[in-house]
Parts: sequence; C-alpha cells; structure tokens
Amino acid sequence: MSPVPVTHILFVSTALFFIGMYGLFTRRNMITMLMSVELILNSVNINFVAFNKYLYPGKLDGIFFSLFIITIAAAEAAVAIAIIINLYRSHHSIDVEDAGELKY
Amino acid sequence: MLNDFLVLMKQELVVTLIIFILLFIKVGSKEWKNEKLLNTVNVLLLLNFAAGCIGNAEGSLFNEMFIGNAITALEKNILNLGTFIISLQSYAWLKNHKHVAEFYMLLLSTLLGMFLMISSGNLLMFYLGLELSSIPLAALANFDLEQRRSSEAAFKYIISSAFSSGLLLFGISLVFGTTGTLVFSELSAALNGSPLQLFAFILLIAGFAFKISAVPFHLWTADVYEGAPASVTSYLSVISKGAVLFVFVSVLYKVFRPLAETWYHLLFVVSAATMIVGNLFAIRQNNLKRFLAFSSIAQVGFVLIGISGSSQTGSAAVVYFILIYVFSNLAAFGVVSLISALTNKETIDDYKALYKTNPLLSWALTIALFSLAGVPPTAGFFGKFFLLIAGTGKGLVLSYVWITIAALNLIVSFYYYLKIVKAIFMDSNTTPIQRLQIPAVSKLALFICLAGIVLTGLFSFVYEYIYSLSPVF
Repeated sequence: MSPVPVTHILFVSTALFFIGMYGLFTRRNMITMLMSVELILNSVNINFVAFNKYLYPGKLDGIFFSLFIITIAAAEAAVAIAIIINLYRSHHSIDVEDAGELKY
Repeated sequence: MLNDFLVLMKQELVVTLIIFILLFIKVGSKEWKNEKLLNTVNVLLLLNFAAGCIGNAEGSLFNEMFIGNAITALEKNILNLGTFIISLQSYAWLKNHKHVAEFYMLLLSTLLGMFLMISSGNLLMFYLGLELSSIPLAALANFDLEQRRSSEAAFKYIISSAFSSGLLLFGISLVFGTTGTLVFSELSAALNGSPLQLFAFILLIAGFAFKISAVPFHLWTADVYEGAPASVTSYLSVISKGAVLFVFVSVLYKVFRPLAETWYHLLFVVSAATMIVGNLFAIRQNNLKRFLAFSSIAQVGFVLIGISGSSQTGSAAVVYFILIYVFSNLAAFGVVSLISALTNKETIDDYKALYKTNPLLSWALTIALFSLAGVPPTAGFFGKFFLLIAGTGKGLVLSYVWITIAALNLIVSFYYYLKIVKAIFMDSNTTPIQRLQIPAVSKLALFICLAGIVLTGLFSFVYEYIYSLSPVF
C-alpha cells in the first residue's frame, strides 16, 4: 500500500481553510462564525503537521507550532464566548444582524 | 546565562512583576480604595518607564527566540511612555469603576505581548506575542459590561482579529513548508520568491494589514473605536497599532528583504488606498472617536510610505513618527476621553463653542489636531516630512505619483482637522459643555503630551538619536 501523498493532505487543508472563510462571511449566528474561525485555524494545524512529517521529518518546529495554535485557539474561543454571552444579556440574540448599532 | 536573561528581558520582567503585584492586591483580603489603587498603579508605571530607560544590552536568548538590542529597547520605552500617559488619562473614567485592578492586569498583559512581539526572532514567538497582545484587548473593549455598543465592538474585534491571525498563520505555515525554518535570520537566506512563497507573503501581509487597519482590511476599526471605552480606544489606536508597525518594519526589512521588489509595489497600492479611504471617510464623521479612527487609518497610509524606503532612514522615520503620533494622538484622545467620561458627549456638534467654557481643553485639542495634520511648528510636520523623504527619496517614477497622492491627501486632511478647530473656536452653541473640573492627573497627562508635541519637533537630536540606534540595512 502506497502512503498518502502530501498534495492530498494539502488539498484537504486548503479546502478546510476556504470552507471556514465561506462560513465566516455567510453565517449570521455568532457561535457558527466562531466555529468557522476554528476551522481556519485547524486547517493551518493540518498544514504544519503535514509539512513537518513529509518534508522535514528531522525537525519538530511544525508540530510545536500546531500545539501552540491549539492552545491559543482555546483561549481565543473562551474570550469570544464570554463576549457573546455578555452581548446576549443586552441584545437577547446572538444574530449579528441584531448587533448593528455601529455603522458607517 | 541567568544574568543575560535578567538583563535582556528586563522590561518584560518588570511588566510581569507589576501584573503580579496587581494580582496580589486583587486577591488580598483588604479591599483597596480606587484612588489609592490608581495612584499606586501610576507610580508603578512611571517606575516601569524609568527602569526601561537604563542599562539596556544587546543579545539573543533561547536560540534566537528573543532578540534584544538598542532599537527594540527604545521602541518598548515609547510604548511604556504611551501606556503611562493613557493610565493618567483614564483616571477620571476609572475612579468610579468597579474593576480597576482587572483593567490594568489586562492592559499590562497586552503590553507584555507587544514587548515579546517586538523582540521576537522566530515566527512562533511572534505569533504568541501577537495573540497575547490581541486577546486581552478584546476583553478590554468590552470593559463597560452593561453598554450595548461596548459588547458589539468587542465581538467585532475578536472575530476580525481571530480571522486575521488565521490568515497570518496560513501564511506562516506555507513559509514553513517552503523553507523548513521559522527563525528570522535563516528565513531571509531561504526565501527565493517562488509562487507559493509569494502567496504566503501576501497572506502574511493581509494579517499585518488587519492589525494596523490598512485598507482593504480597515472595516473593523471605526466600529471598534467608537464602541470601546475611550481609554481603550486610545490604547488601541496608539500603542497596539504602533507596536504592530514596529514589528512590520523589522519583519519586512529582516525577513522579506529578498522580496523587496514585490512589497514595494504592494505597499504603494495599500498606502494610496489607505490614505484616500481614511481621509474621505473622516470627512463625513460626526462622532469624534469615529473621526479619530479614520484619521488614524489615514496616518497609517503615511507610515507605509516611510516603510517602503527599506533603509536606515525608513526604519528611523517610522520610529520617530510613532513617537510623535503617541504624543499627538494621545493629546487628542485625552481631551475626548475626559469629556466623554465627565459629560458623556462625543459628537462634533457638542464641541461647538468649547473654547468659551473650557479654554485649556480647547487649546490642547487644537494643538494635537495641528500636529496630526502636520502644521510646521508642531512635531507632526517633521514626522511626516521624514516619512516622505525615506519613502520617496529614491526618485523613481512611482515616487512622484506617490508623493502627489500624499500631498493631495494632506490637503483633504487639513479640511477635516480644521473643521473641528473651527467648531471649537468660531461656532455658537445654545447648549455648550459646562465648565469641567479637570483632575490634576489628567492635566499632567495633557501637559506631557503637549510638551512632547512641541519639543520633539524643535530639538533635532531626538531624530538623530533614533537614527543612530536604527540598524543599518
């Protein structure tokens, strides 16, 4: 059985990146938007791990980088959800269309 | 080894120490009065600034993860000074706030992140510093918990900063894939300008452009600046933006030097668009915070001209401009945040006939606006002058186009800056802002800013000192 070539993995990660971007721009629910951002960050993780394993097997930089990304994404999600909860208290909605006081 | 660590990371360690002192004060059994706490913090921040000015060394730590030299120390001192001034200015707002200690803990965490980012010599360290400086800022933007606009601004900030760091990370991952290293000094040798590297480079620039709010990634700026509390807005527009600009210069000059041809043209397009959009949108604003947001977008366009110079002059001009920008923008924001904290008024119409009741604030705001516009006796003129020299001094055809666009934009910017001066001095108002009791610390902050605006322009050794510290390229 031949191993999976690196291009296949890069295809998956790039697709994930653009799915995340699409979701961020089209979805109107704040939690879903946050999930889309997480998709983007995870596509980067796949990239790092794949590059490290296939191209630079002697190094650990990529793997460490993806570990740090996972940690920081968790911190970011925590703050973002705290903000969303606070916003829900005043707006009674987590639809971005309802939070539109600041314009132009 | 330990000695190196203590000396090189001195500024970071002092900031960390202050964060821990505040933490102990917060969790301690004795409740501190707000005034006492604020005075303590201001003294600590002054000590922090003083400690940063003495005994700086050159060197690198942790396999070039952390690099310290004279210019990074100077940049950190500028940020320290700015944070101290902002802390003085927020006195009126924080005096009656419930969460003073938390405010400073978050604020200093972001400052620590910026320090690490400025000193980074590795893309991993750079990313960690960037996130440490932007995540707590989102919490700060939501610091007035019960205000609707504050939470909306915070949500917009965290989503756009998360998205921009996503773009940046994708760029970094492709850089790692094509070169196999993350260390700055090795990267510049490994870059060869292949299409994949150019794509990665564009993504990285997009990430940076989000943080410095350059067009086309400027849309979050005005909303966040308007919704966030005024002190946080001034921090966002001066300190956070200044820190990212410092890093932008060093990353472009050190790491992406092989792609200099590419980013010269890229900077031209981005800077022209940033100046035009920033200026045109600033004209139609009525809210002063929103107005200052667009004016700060336009200023970034000028900084990008200076960055394009890719020389010692370019690097020195950017640091010099940021120093002046700290003084002039903080003076403007100081007046706005003071009036906003005391009377809750933020629109230009409210400022009509301000001179009749509050002459000191009027003069401070006027001098600050003159400096932002770049009128000769103030320092703002020299800041822009050096930026234009650094960027367009090469005499290429593009330089002439560029300087024409900059000149036209300067004229437009005079119109909207002076419009506010006219409102303050010449217009009449049936319900003017009443005579305000200005706290002594706020006065002190204003005087520091005004002295900075006048003196950095008058004494040439400030620029010469920065120039002598800037690295030769």
